[in-house]
Amino acid sequence: MGLALSPVAARADGLDDTLARFVKDKFPESEKAVAELAAEAPPQGAAILEALGDNRLLYDPSSHVVAYRTATGAILNAKTGEAIAAGDAAAFKKVRINNAIRVAIQGAVGSLTLANPDPQKRVAAAQDVFRTRNEKALPAVEAQLAKEKDPQVIEALRLARAAITAGAESASAEDRLAAIATLRARGDQDAQNLIDQIAQKATDPRVKAAAASALSAIHTRLAMWTVAQDLWYGLSASSVLLLAAIGLAITFGVMGVINMAHGEMVMLGAYATYVVQLLLPPELQNWSLAFAIPLAFLVAGVVGVAIERLIIRYLYARPLETLLATWGVSLILQQAVRSIFGANNRLVTNPSFMSGALHLGGLEITTNRMWIIVLAIVVFVALQLVLRATPFGLQMRAVTQNRRMAAAMGISTARVDMLAFALGSGVAGVAGVALSQIDNVSPNLGQGYIIDSFMVVVFGGVGNLWGTALGALTLGVANKILEPIVGAVQGQIVLLIVIILFIQKRPRGLFALKGRAVEA
Amino acid sequence: MSAELDRIGLAFVAILAAAAIVVPALALATSPASPLHIPPYLVQLLGKYLCYAILAVALDLVWGYCGILSLGHAAFFALGGYAMGMYLMRQIGARGVYANPILPDFMVFLNWKALPVAWWGFNWFPYAMLMVVLVPGLLALAFGWFAFRSRVTGVYLSIITQAMTFALYKEFFRNDFGFGGNNGLTDFKDLIGFSLQSDATKAALFSASAIALILAYWAARAIVGSKYGKALTAVRDAESRMRFLGYRVENHKLFAFVVSAVMAGVAGALYVPQVGIINPSEFAPSNSIEAAIWVAVGGRATLVGAAIGAIAVNFAKTYFTGAFPEYWLYGLGSLFILVTLFLPRGLLGLVLRDREAKPVVETPALAIEEGADP
Repeated sequence: MGLALSPVAARADGLDDTLARFVKDKFPESEKAVAELAAEAPPQGAAILEALGDNRLLYDPSSHVVAYRTATGAILNAKTGEAIAAGDAAAFKKVRINNAIRVAIQGAVGSLTLANPDPQKRVAAAQDVFRTRNEKALPAVEAQLAKEKDPQVIEALRLARAAITAGAESASAEDRLAAIATLRARGDQDAQNLIDQIAQKATDPRVKAAAASALSAIHTRLAMWTVAQDLWYGLSASSVLLLAAIGLAITFGVMGVINMAHGEMVMLGAYATYVVQLLLPPELQNWSLAFAIPLAFLVAGVVGVAIERLIIRYLYARPLETLLATWGVSLILQQAVRSIFGANNRLVTNPSFMSGALHLGGLEITTNRMWIIVLAIVVFVALQLVLRATPFGLQMRAVTQNRRMAAAMGISTARVDMLAFALGSGVAGVAGVALSQIDNVSPNLGQGYIIDSFMVVVFGGVGNLWGTALGALTLGVANKILEPIVGAVQGQIVLLIVIILFIQKRPRGLFALKGRAVEA
Repeated sequence: MSAELDRIGLAFVAILAAAAIVVPALALATSPASPLHIPPYLVQLLGKYLCYAILAVALDLVWGYCGILSLGHAAFFALGGYAMGMYLMRQIGARGVYANPILPDFMVFLNWKALPVAWWGFNWFPYAMLMVVLVPGLLALAFGWFAFRSRVTGVYLSIITQAMTFALYKEFFRNDFGFGGNNGLTDFKDLIGFSLQSDATKAALFSASAIALILAYWAARAIVGSKYGKALTAVRDAESRMRFLGYRVENHKLFAFVVSAVMAGVAGALYVPQVGIINPSEFAPSNSIEAAIWVAVGGRATLVGAAIGAIAVNFAKTYFTGAFPEYWLYGLGSLFILVTLFLPRGLLGLVLRDREAKPVVETPALAIEEGADP
């Protein structure tokens, strides 16, 4: 008692009065004490309320000391936090509580954390209030709102206040309308659920109407975010398709042969990433892609040159047999990788800058997919530069347009073929690096993408890389938009039928080469 | 068709006809202890090879003589197989695990109450056989009509056909598509009243496959040898010139494509009761490409070579996947490369005298005339 009497501060006296109410051990008194704790928010408040809620708050009827038992069993003085000797512990009795007090405690704990010095905790508390919509927390929310400086916390508090007011039948219609407007501005799934409840329960016609209109507005808004999210997924799928198909478009464009082992170039690129991850010391893991991309380009490019020099150049007049021979190559490469690395999936971990997700309004943007889009754009621009701004690119375009004429002008078509194949295969290897970040690395990796890549090339045509880009974009986005409507597999089938119908109109794709060389 | 090729074909037909009689006789009439005895599993294996040979003949008809490298023939094969499988499923009746007299087990398992429309009539053998022919034929008709009319040729056509079989592959994997999902159709009991487990039925199926192969060869040979066949070959070698001469190139191609698809469907229908299962993996694009290598190994535009190639490659596959499973894919891959590089006319090209063998590859001379890039 001597401690309780010491004049620490004015608030301490208030705390003494409050604690004295617990000693009476009457429900109304305890409830008042809870309310006072919430209002005055002493530093010990949260611990006291928590103890009360858990039946751990004790009082000594003779000495009028209030204390609580901690999780470890020690008994601490509620006011000072000092331990109480085990001998005195026997004198303590529990402060009884009922449901009304439990509800009060819940609200009070929320409002106590609302005053927490850590802004993140305040936001979390406000969001908590938003979810529970405990009317008892309203005064605390209002109080905190009056003195709050942090804009993020203010936003969270305003939403919490709106959630309480909007649902409270006791509040005035004007207040509720304003609250609904605030919720409508928030416009996410939580707000939608809340307003939906209000729209069903509200008796005031104005409130009901406002809730209904807010509900439809949020519906529209959410639907738009869903579409945006689908578009994002589509864009992401397109970037992967573009990376996988663009190398194919180059080799197919220049030589008119389909490299069925193209998917295996992608697979080699993915395994190159895996090998880099294995070999790099931990401190360099975040830079793994800086090593993996050149290595993948090199490995796939070298294998590509080997295929061109050893097989394809002997089959130039026979494109269909090139298809079969390169299929044989793909079988051998798959089996070789299976023999070396095993048939199981290998896990490539994302570098830290590529993991996680961003939230943009209602959009969730996964970082690794964002970087793959960036990579696809970089690769596309780089290839365009090679094609447009280098002598090799000029020669490659000339051979694509008219091989014999190009040869007559002194271009070494054999050399262009070889380099084009190296380039196309190398780019496929880079695509493999990207795929390793989002997909399992397995010997069959390339198989999953090869048919889609062919579709992109068939759709986009080989006259121009823009055709490939547009083809990838169209197929990727269309696929993701169709997916929720007709299902994933049917979406692909629908696209296939659309492509077959499309080549009725444009048998050589969107960007076909013009000139007589095209008629084969 | 050269006279020499015809003689080889005749010999092949004679061997097949003999096998159709001798193999069942040896399998059924000799005791298991006899050195001449052919065990039932071997009869089934040989029957399977013959079904592949029919598929190869069908593919050679369009590839060898029409220049259409279809990478979707496995789809026609599998569709014929599914039609047969559906008949066999309906024949199980109440003998299934769930003993439902109408619904196949997988439908009971999926908690379906009624038979889907697509399954109606399949308990009736003639209807099922009609579907074996009609379904692949109509798919080929629709697909070919679109593709050939818009002059989709060469590698473009190959890729599109591959995409077709890939789409079907994925569709048949789905449980709610109604054809057994990834498990496919299996646990067959009997075929028009004959138990599939009995040795006699197995022998009969082998004979039926041999006869079907003879008929397929004979039909393809008749088409190729006719005036129409000459036009078809001309379309292969100089499509634009044929068009300028007034031929309806697309109709010629379409006819060959549909006939070929029907043959593939029949092959699939004979295949399913012999292997006892049909599942979506039959649609896998790799199956179609493998069929192309059978044809290439035997010799394109020879028909009989295609059949021999199918039997030879599959025999090698059975042997190697048993003896050296690790190395089979290396072998198959090398086969693709070596045959296209060094044996453009296949095994039969080695046998046929050079003066009789016509060049079947797209020669640079023709390509220049056509204005194509070599």
